[in-house]
Amino acid sequence: MLHIINKSPLDRNSLETVLTTATGGSILLIEDGVYGATKGNACEGKLKAAMGKFKVYALQGDLEARGFADRVTDGVTTVDYAGFVDLVADSKTNQSWL
Amino acid sequence: MKFSIQVNEGPYTHQASDSAYQFTKAVLEKGHEVFRVFFYHDGVNNATRLTTPPQDDRNIVTRWSKLSEQYNLDMVVCVAAAQRRGIVDDGEAKRNGKDATNLAPGFRISGLGQLVEAGIQSDRLVTFGD
Repeated sequence: MLHIINKSPLDRNSLETVLTTATGGSILLIEDGVYGATKGNACEGKLKAAMGKFKVYALQGDLEARGFADRVTDGVTTVDYAGFVDLVADSKTNQSWL
Repeated sequence: MKFSIQVNEGPYTHQASDSAYQFTKAVLEKGHEVFRVFFYHDGVNNATRLTTPPQDDRNIVTRWSKLSEQYNLDMVVCVAAAQRRGIVDDGEAKRNGKDATNLAPGFRISGLGQLVEAGIQSDRLVTFGD
């Protein structure tokens, strides 16, 4: 399962919910969700602790648009839209946590 | 692989509309097939041809229409959501006694069954919204 999260962890708890309830798979952070992939954010510890269970990705363009492209949490892979398409294609199911 | 995309937010209000467009474009450029783009809830506002953004801004509506023309995309607007928000084609104008239409080129108005069909017929369905 690919979990697509577009909410900042400072705004809503979608990321935390996925980390604590989903059994594994991949997480893709897009739009304001990319704040969850930045160094020093409130959710960083929980994200790092869950990296054994999940592969974590963040959309490069959305990080750049917010000025955080150089502050990405270690272990997070950045992708462009073509990479986003590949992630969806590679996962049998996907869920947008709206 | 066959993709469908659901868009739940209008243009210039939430990034979802832009994200959906960029994603759909990337799907097509990678050589996949897009079975349908379904516009639901406020997403139907992506389909009004009366939108006139400033010249140095992206024209989200025209952008969808051009993509549809280039790739022969099936872009469906939910009829109930469209009626509520004043998105009208010729058929709806006649049926509801309206004096104007505003549906942009490339879009068509139809029912929710089209979303269900997209879910069944496609290998992947991705939703963009708030």
